Amino acid sequence: MTGLTTHAPSAAPRPSEDSSAPAWAEVLQETWALSGRLFLQLQRRPTTLVAGVLQPLIWLVLFGALFQRAPEGLLPGGLSYGRFLGAGIIVFTAFSGALNAGLPVMFDREFGFLNRLLVAPLRSRYSIVLASVLYITSLSGVQSLAIMGTAGIMGNGWPGGSGLVVVAVVLLLLVLAVTGLSLGLAFALPGHIELLAVIFVANLPLLFASTALAPLSFMPPWLAWLAALNPLSFAIAPIRAVYNGSPTWSTVVLEAPYGSVTMGACLLVLAALAGLLFLSIRPLLRRKLG
Amino acid sequence: MIRLEGVRKSYGAVQALAGLDLEVPPGYIYGLLGPNGAGKTTALRILCTLLAPDDGRVWLDNIDVLAQPRLARRRLGYVAQDAALDKILSGREMLHLHGALYHLDRDTTRRRAVELADQLEMDAWLDRPCGAYSGGMRRRLDLATGLLHRPPLLVLDEPTAGLDVESRYALWAVLRQLKAEGATILLSSHDLEEVNAMADELAILDQGALIAAGPPSQLKAALGGERITLKLREFTSDGEASQALALLQQQDGVSQPVMNRAQGNAISFFARDARLVEVLRQQLQDHGLPIFCLSQSQPSLDDVYLQATGRTLMDAELAMATTRDTKAEQKAAMR
Repeated sequence: MTGLTTHAPSAAPRPSEDSSAPAWAEVLQETWALSGRLFLQLQRRPTTLVAGVLQPLIWLVLFGALFQRAPEGLLPGGLSYGRFLGAGIIVFTAFSGALNAGLPVMFDREFGFLNRLLVAPLRSRYSIVLASVLYITSLSGVQSLAIMGTAGIMGNGWPGGSGLVVVAVVLLLLVLAVTGLSLGLAFALPGHIELLAVIFVANLPLLFASTALAPLSFMPPWLAWLAALNPLSFAIAPIRAVYNGSPTWSTVVLEAPYGSVTMGACLLVLAALAGLLFLSIRPLLRRKLG
Repeated sequence: MIRLEGVRKSYGAVQALAGLDLEVPPGYIYGLLGPNGAGKTTALRILCTLLAPDDGRVWLDNIDVLAQPRLARRRLGYVAQDAALDKILSGREMLHLHGALYHLDRDTTRRRAVELADQLEMDAWLDRPCGAYSGGMRRRLDLATGLLHRPPLLVLDEPTAGLDVESRYALWAVLRQLKAEGATILLSSHDLEEVNAMADELAILDQGALIAAGPPSQLKAALGGERITLKLREFTSDGEASQALALLQQQDGVSQPVMNRAQGNAISFFARDARLVEVLRQQLQDHGLPIFCLSQSQPSLDDVYLQATGRTLMDAELAMATTRDTKAEQKAAMR
């Protein structure tokens, strides 16, 4: 820093003490900037995106091939296994992505970057959370479109216009719920090692204890009960129904051991879960960000 | 500008601040001096709204920081001890991110980024990723982010720690320039030279409490006379050192004799005038006590610290280094 010039900076106006901008505009500015940072990271380290798209495609191809010769009629509605699997892979990919949402926040905590953000006069510190949700939702959207496109090319169908809306709503609710959970863990756990441990432990058991890879009728009763209560199954069922026809709110999409579950009920459960998880992490967020 | 009243903070059983009172006048460069673990960083983090105190009040420009944290944040720029940068982003992108978080419009941010890069001589680095920055360059960018919104108060935690001498002097020049422009600067340091050179006033912290405050020259002058350090031997026994200490305590014109065990039982004291040294030399000989070293100097800030705590700042640093759990402190600093 030899010989730094110390001439006076130009007389740019100092920001007013109380900004005249409306609160929503400032929250938008903060959220946009924070999510922009995450997208810039993704752009400069595209490995995350490439791996995030490739992995589910490999699952789709390999699992599809593994069970390609499953006897016809074994799956509900006479579905081919490829068509059956697509919905499971879409949901599982979105779930995995959202479960990792807390990692950037955890690293920001560990490296002190979060403190840097918290010293700034953010209009709402929830913009940090909102930016993560925005980023993960966009990433899940790209991954899901890639899976749906590949499944379509492989002859496993395409959900169509209204079907895409259902897929988008289901994924949005699921991503919201799981992102909330992951952010809660990121603020509650002491470090990234612990967070990664939770992610590793939760990921595959939740996949296998759901209807992603096999229908409930294939499962022993105890597992069928677990799978029928698993939130992933409530996300998979509507998407699978969309691939299988044009379901309405009252269409039964899941024949669970405790009764029939309609499309509307699935969406309601997912919405309630998202709301409940965000409500339950609010005190923690208030304590950590407040 | 800044007022802390009875601020207390504990991390579990460890008391970081024990009822700290502090007043920083506007337009001053104010130094917080103390060894690591004295509570400097905790005090700064409370002022910057990163930590809530267990008790006490904090004001910044008559704003109750604890009641109106967002208003306080608008008025301060904080440069933390460890520059937390996003190594994927470039310096310019970091500044633009901060501009948005301080709700500056794009043109103002763009202009300020260019101004600060020019002022801090980092133009050539502005578009390179922060991951490629040297320690000095990281510190410059950190300072730039703290200054982006032209805060009336700049808070710096150990601003020159780990910097080479030239970078340090250059940073001091920038801080003096900011002061000349009317900013108030509060900096923490355990570097005596830095505080002595920079601070208009300073507060010395030890174990979370204020032990002295005022202009450096006043604090040193208050010790009075000549500072004498006496070593009977290279490593003096407790018995001999205590004997010499007792002798000094009885001597008219000698004040505040302190035995410093960490420096081989050297004895520091203040003599009313330099001629007293010869009298003492004779008395020590009369009592059969040898003299290994008898040095004479003007009082320093280290003497101020020594007189208040009975140990030098360096000794305090060494003692603290063996007891601190930096991992636990790092966890405590995490939100």
